[in-house]
Amino acid sequence: MAAFLRAEHLCKDYISESGSVSALSDISFEVQEGEIFGIIGLSGAGKSTLVRCINRLEEPTSGCVYIRDKNINELSQKELREERRNIGMIFQHFNLLMQRNVLDNVALPLEIAGVKKKEAREKAREYLEAVGIPDKALAFPSQLSGGQKQRVAIARVLASDPALLLCDEATSALDPQTTRQILALLRDINRRYGITVIIITHAMTVVQEICDRVAVLEDGELVEMNTVKELFAHPKTKAAKRLLLIQDDNDENEETEEKEVLAS
Amino acid sequence: MWGIEVIFKGKNLIRLLGGLGTALEISLIAVAISIPIGIILGILMAGRNPVIKAILRVYLDFVRIMPQLVLLFLVFFGTTKVWGWDLSGEVSAVIVFSMWGAAEMSDLVRGALNAIPQHQYESAQSLGFTPLQTKIYIVIPQCVRRLIPLSINLITRMVKTTSLVLMIGVVEVLKVAQQIIEANRMSAPNAAFGVYLFVFALYFAVCFVLSIAARKLEKKWS
Repeated sequence: MAAFLRAEHLCKDYISESGSVSALSDISFEVQEGEIFGIIGLSGAGKSTLVRCINRLEEPTSGCVYIRDKNINELSQKELREERRNIGMIFQHFNLLMQRNVLDNVALPLEIAGVKKKEAREKAREYLEAVGIPDKALAFPSQLSGGQKQRVAIARVLASDPALLLCDEATSALDPQTTRQILALLRDINRRYGITVIIITHAMTVVQEICDRVAVLEDGELVEMNTVKELFAHPKTKAAKRLLLIQDDNDENEETEEKEVLAS
Repeated sequence: MWGIEVIFKGKNLIRLLGGLGTALEISLIAVAISIPIGIILGILMAGRNPVIKAILRVYLDFVRIMPQLVLLFLVFFGTTKVWGWDLSGEVSAVIVFSMWGAAEMSDLVRGALNAIPQHQYESAQSLGFTPLQTKIYIVIPQCVRRLIPLSINLITRMVKTTSLVLMIGVVEVLKVAQQIIEANRMSAPNAAFGVYLFVFALYFAVCFVLSIAARKLEKKWS
């Protein structure tokens, strides 16, 4: 079976005054249909650039991405816009329109795509239900918590029936408990609608919680790729070990903090 | 008391209001010219062309650093000396205030555009918005909200600063006030205080209304 998504030899160079900087060098990987695929790395490792090359928010310097054997890099601007409805993306910042209520926020991309207003709103309601906030349809974004805002952003993406969902540090602005709830929602969406999910994160906990496989990125290179279980059990590279270690440190810190709180 | 009674003698009150009318006329024409030009210049300043940006930057700094009075003299007297133009005081004033307003407005527009973070453009693109739709639905509504209070403040500053145009012979409210004080020097030697107090009240009435409107809008949209 052909892979759902194939990235082939992706390279991205930035030209700056001090010369050319390589943000991605020769990255290839495959993601299977229905998989939850993690891309982890420290900040500056190139993971945001990588995910932006998938929906061409950034144009790779060379290499290409195939989604269901369609070469994304050969699409015209118009075809690309069509294809982007098939590739949802959520961000660390929720990017909701503050002057519109939740329902209109979800319905707007549909209306822009030419769906009739009434139909768009019905669909929006349906997906607000799916993300667990049907009661917030008439609220404004400023009245919502961070987790609820991200749910709206997810509903907005789902409304265009995507086959792929890209999450760029989607839980980084949220507290641990909300993060778990959002990750649970993503897993639920993945199963219920069969949407393939690619998650960009710097947190091993996120990978551990939700991903099937994970790729480790360091200085623009893909240094290790494995199932989450294998990576946790037998990390092969320094980069992977370091990322696991950071997480252990965090846990220890949390524990010591708890102890301190208890002691005081 | 304080010479205020002088205001109500003869046609003085009507003359003062007429002077205020001249001041408002100059500032409103300048506002009508400078805001659209300022918006266009601001969009160019937020754009990518480095040559255009540098030129506009120099223009903005020039107009900002120069005292408005110097600009008025430059346009009113300078153009006559150099090119032999015979501009009236009013026309010179409108030119100067339009130049100044456009420069200030362009800086406000540039700021409002740059305040929209990159991830909003990315988000819109990833939802399948065209560049035009991104501007209509996302950029412009946010910029307008940010700009309306700021531009009302700019208008207030322009109205106030028109008091300088008496220096190039335009008979606006302050000039009329001076004339009234001069004419009543013998009968009411203390008139200066009362008349200027009244001028203050006139400017206050206009600018305070604008300033309150700006504050209300700012509160409503923050």
